[in-house]
Amino acid sequence: MPEILQVQGLETQFRTREGVIHAVNGVSFSLKEGETLGIVGESGCGKSVTVMSMLRLIPSPPGKVTAGKALFQGRDLLTMSDEEIRHIRGAQISMVFQDPMTSFNPVLTIGRQVSEPLEVHMGLNQKQAEDRVAEMLAKVGIPNPKDRLNNYPHQFSGGMRQRVMIAMALVCNPQILIADEPTTALDVTIQAQIVDLVKRLRDELGMAIIWITHDLGVIAGLADRMAVMYGGFIIETAPVRDLYGHPTHPYTIGLLGSLPRMDEAGSRRLVSIDGLPPVLLEKPTYCPFAPRCKYAVERCWHENPPLMQVSPDHYSACWVDTETGRERS
Amino acid sequence: MGKYLIRRLLWLIPVIIVVSGITFILMHSAPGGPWDRDTTARQVDQNTQRILNEYYGLDKPLWRQYVAYVIGDFNKQGKFVCGLVCGNLGPSYRMRGLTIQQILFMPPEGKNFLYSRFGYSMRLGVFALLFAVAIGIPAGVIAALKQNTIIDYVSLFIVTIGISVPNFVMALFLIILFASTLKWVNIVPRSWDEVSVWVLPTVILGFGTMARTARLMRGSMLEVMRMDYIRTARSKGLAERVVVLRHMIKNSLIPVVTILGPALAALVTGSFIIETMFGFPGMGRAYVTAIGQRDYSMIMGTTLIYAVLIALANLSVDIVYSFLDPRIRLD
Repeated sequence: MPEILQVQGLETQFRTREGVIHAVNGVSFSLKEGETLGIVGESGCGKSVTVMSMLRLIPSPPGKVTAGKALFQGRDLLTMSDEEIRHIRGAQISMVFQDPMTSFNPVLTIGRQVSEPLEVHMGLNQKQAEDRVAEMLAKVGIPNPKDRLNNYPHQFSGGMRQRVMIAMALVCNPQILIADEPTTALDVTIQAQIVDLVKRLRDELGMAIIWITHDLGVIAGLADRMAVMYGGFIIETAPVRDLYGHPTHPYTIGLLGSLPRMDEAGSRRLVSIDGLPPVLLEKPTYCPFAPRCKYAVERCWHENPPLMQVSPDHYSACWVDTETGRERS
Repeated sequence: MGKYLIRRLLWLIPVIIVVSGITFILMHSAPGGPWDRDTTARQVDQNTQRILNEYYGLDKPLWRQYVAYVIGDFNKQGKFVCGLVCGNLGPSYRMRGLTIQQILFMPPEGKNFLYSRFGYSMRLGVFALLFAVAIGIPAGVIAALKQNTIIDYVSLFIVTIGISVPNFVMALFLIILFASTLKWVNIVPRSWDEVSVWVLPTVILGFGTMARTARLMRGSMLEVMRMDYIRTARSKGLAERVVVLRHMIKNSLIPVVTILGPALAALVTGSFIIETMFGFPGMGRAYVTAIGQRDYSMIMGTTLIYAVLIALANLSVDIVYSFLDPRIRLD
């Protein structure tokens, strides 16, 4: 499959009163057509900022993309004109946000809001747009979609609103859907429904997905490939089975160790990672995870490890081979 | 909606009773009466005063005067004269032969309602509000969009002046500037039929409200701009113009509408300082004069009209609310 999105060396900073926050520090990844990439990491590790930077939705000031490229079908999203990126947003790359309660405009009807991308990108008239919106709402499982076009967001439940959000993102048949923690604000039972819905729509429409989450459980059954982020870096990336089966970065091992497992006999205390995530006021010259890492060696404090290949298609940014406990050469 | 309107309008009854009661007590606590004259002028003699008091029922106990004003009473001939409940605001003690409603609402011969005292004040108030909204809302929007730029600071400076300088000070300043120094307009216009003479009073009266509107609109916009749904709107590929016009402004207007209703009432009613300064033939000036002259029924009548106006303005705000924000339902 050809790659439709290549992000290279993306860096984003925020200027604040306390200093410059280095939120994203040279992130590179690529996305193939129809592929699902899961980006995981704890709050504040830069996963949302990474995708927002790509679409230039970072509030500026204080945010600024300071380096890197984001090539979509060979064109750099970061340097194209405002007009050009506008035609990509919502049409070819669209987003679903975390909180369905606040992500809709409270004073416009659902029908109006879902049809906006159609008006902007497809030039449909109101009648055509309405039919398309109703069709899309039916597809995401809203009962009586025609009657609900004139309803306002507050007349929908949280789960239903997230369905509408997904319908709105997919209404123009985009090639890439970016889902920024779309299930975090929902009940566990609703989370599963939303994941199933996205899976079904992906099989039907064939778009590529970037799914951001801090919940390793949600993403396991959905993603083809995973990228783990820490302190504004991607520290490990691998196909999903490989990552869950053979995590190599100490942080990934820690994350997986903090998950409860169904297949384990008896009870086990869940392991937590000691320490706090880094404050990103300085671009680290050493491994950002070193202060919390039990494998850390001398070198980790002097040199920030780049992503290194550990097996085919599996990369990890760690100086230590965690299986043997020995330093990589 | 209909039921809600009726309920709100019925609430006017206790409001009117309380407002009229308090006004009545305050008015009669003030020393003097409608027949007193300047100490230097010729006084109305005791006998005439007694006859006048008898004629207008001012010799009766106060509670009976109050009941007479609100409900009505039998006059000397034993005929029942209906009071406030029939829309009768009482006779003026100073402009004899005229009732309060005639003084306030009756236009001069051959003119329409807009040329009555109430009509003049209403026009001035509405113009001032239009000025405040037409300048204040765009100024607030632009200041918010250009936050922390020179445009924002200049507008904040003007807004601070508008809020902190009382309108009579502003009026004096502008009169000195435009009337005495530049001589563009007369201090007291000869006729209010010309459009140009309305400009100064309108701007002065509306300035404070304009400043408050701009400040509130700016704050409200800044809050809305950070909302998640604005990011959603951008992520759909909407042009910035559409994001601002369709998604930001309507949401930002909701808190601004809250102040506009009372502001309209305040502008229509609260213009007595401006009216007095410009010799404006409106209701506010008549009100101030009536207080000085202890023209009891004029004071009562005007106060009650103000009270009803403010109540209606608040009601219309609530109705506009329900159009702006679908989450608000009137029932």
